Amino acid sequence: MTLKLGVPSKGRLMEKTFDWFARHGITLGRSGSDREYAGFVQGIDNVELILLSAGEIPGELAAGRIHLGVTGTDLIREKLGQWQNQVAELAELGFGQADLVLAVPRCWVDVSHLDDLDAAAAAFRLKHGFRLRIATKYHRLVRDFLRENGVADYQLVDSQGATEGTVKNETAEAIADITSTGDTLRANHLKILEDGLILKSQATLFKSRVAPMEATDRHTLKALKQRLDLD
Amino acid sequence: MPERAAIRAEAARLRALFEAAGALPVETSVLQPAEVLLDLYGEDIRARAYVTSDALRGEQMLRPDFTVPVVQMHMEHGAEPARYTYSGEVFRRQEEDAQRANEYIQVGYEIFERNAPEAADTEVFSMFFNILRPLGLRAATGDIGILMAAVEGLRTTDRRKAALRRHIWRPRRFRALMDRFSGRAVVPEPRSALLAAAEPMAGIEPLIGLRGPDEIANRINALREDVTAGPISASEVQLLDAILAVRETSDNALERLRDIAVDMPAIQGAVDRLGRRLEAMTERGIDITKLDFEASYGRTQMEYYDGFVFGFYAENRPDLPPIATGGRYDALTRQLGRGREIPAVGGVIRPGLILNLGGAA
Repeated sequence: MTLKLGVPSKGRLMEKTFDWFARHGITLGRSGSDREYAGFVQGIDNVELILLSAGEIPGELAAGRIHLGVTGTDLIREKLGQWQNQVAELAELGFGQADLVLAVPRCWVDVSHLDDLDAAAAAFRLKHGFRLRIATKYHRLVRDFLRENGVADYQLVDSQGATEGTVKNETAEAIADITSTGDTLRANHLKILEDGLILKSQATLFKSRVAPMEATDRHTLKALKQRLDLD
Repeated sequence: MPERAAIRAEAARLRALFEAAGALPVETSVLQPAEVLLDLYGEDIRARAYVTSDALRGEQMLRPDFTVPVVQMHMEHGAEPARYTYSGEVFRRQEEDAQRANEYIQVGYEIFERNAPEAADTEVFSMFFNILRPLGLRAATGDIGILMAAVEGLRTTDRRKAALRRHIWRPRRFRALMDRFSGRAVVPEPRSALLAAAEPMAGIEPLIGLRGPDEIANRINALREDVTAGPISASEVQLLDAILAVRETSDNALERLRDIAVDMPAIQGAVDRLGRRLEAMTERGIDITKLDFEASYGRTQMEYYDGFVFGFYAENRPDLPPIATGGRYDALTRQLGRGREIPAVGGVIRPGLILNLGGAA
């Protein structure tokens, strides 16, 4: 059997992952044309590269269909309940840094903390007859964070892209999204709440706790960890 | 786990006991309109209930409890007073603990009755108490009404009281608000800068979003008013803390709360109600010197209970959720009644857990 390693199938995340493994003497690459999602591994035996969308990697790890996978901590925590029981963190890869933050319009001079957001939400609901809308694709993380901090009278609306634009378009009053520099937020006249950091995320190598392994796989994993300086 | 057929038989036995006590058996739909539940519980319900949808009716939830549909049914065409019983599956989404059931049978008993609320509280509680007696469970009781009366009686602005009332069921935020209103919390820098600014609204363009400048200005005015209101006194904070700390057997708790009421007369009415309830319990043969009372019990549960609350726990099985829970939910009938209301109290019991503990069948 081979040890299956899931890596994001495109973009900077894939390239940086390839670079990171290359620094440890392991060459990952896409075989054939740019359009074909098949990969090769050189420099270590019995490891198979599986190219996947970053968003599918948590589910594949939890289902045990891949042994190792590179994806963001944000996606692992959003998609897996009790994630520690399903996957283990092997290494933070030092790229793909992004913060999941709660942001409101900059013109809300009266709102700088969650405490203010909660008060604004109560008043908003009374005036408009519906709960203040927060646009996000990270429903679980945002809901847990707001419950933990005792914020009420809000609702989450799903936004799978261009989330920063939802406030101006009046489909949401606030947003919770990933940001690395804050530039997009500023360009869309939004500001981050001072206590609005929900999660710090970066690209991380995870190991599935449930994927079945034979003796050779355990042997391969041990060799791989040695090469990656993880033992 | 006991078998489904055995659980059904146990559920039927319990429902028959409630029917014998005069309850009318009722049924409700498994699919409930999501809007009503979301309005009531807020976004949190999505973490606890399964949501599904179709193009015609929009979002629907798999019944997370019976209380809401039973109240709705009663408010539409119920006779008064009324006693209801029901038995059926409820569905609870589990995101953190795979060991917890996401589908189980509940059997409930609810009383809608305008007069003698303490008698109705006692009727529900003693019914559950007697059914569960053979299992040797610990009964926990509390009364959210006492805390609500204390908040109502604070010598402070209506706005602050409303904020505290809104967060009675979120102890952490409640505590933060008390700290702020009593001047014990540090005012964050942006807040003091905002309050010091002569024209805080100057240069805030571009204005984006549905929350308009009038709403922003209103909040700034509210914050300015709040500064002039002065802090909630240290003695009132202490009294509130004293109430929240009450955790004794019911007879001692009553005595303790009566002492506190001397300094905080606003809770006198609520404490008298507790006294009458304990008397009624004694008359029904419940030993209140062995019955736990905790003033903050029920604050982290679902937020519709606003008076007497109770739960039954298997102390040697901390892995199990409560075997039965219940309480008074007058405010819920007001919210669902579209201008009408009726005092109501009830509870649910899980037949599967009774069997799990080796109980009757």
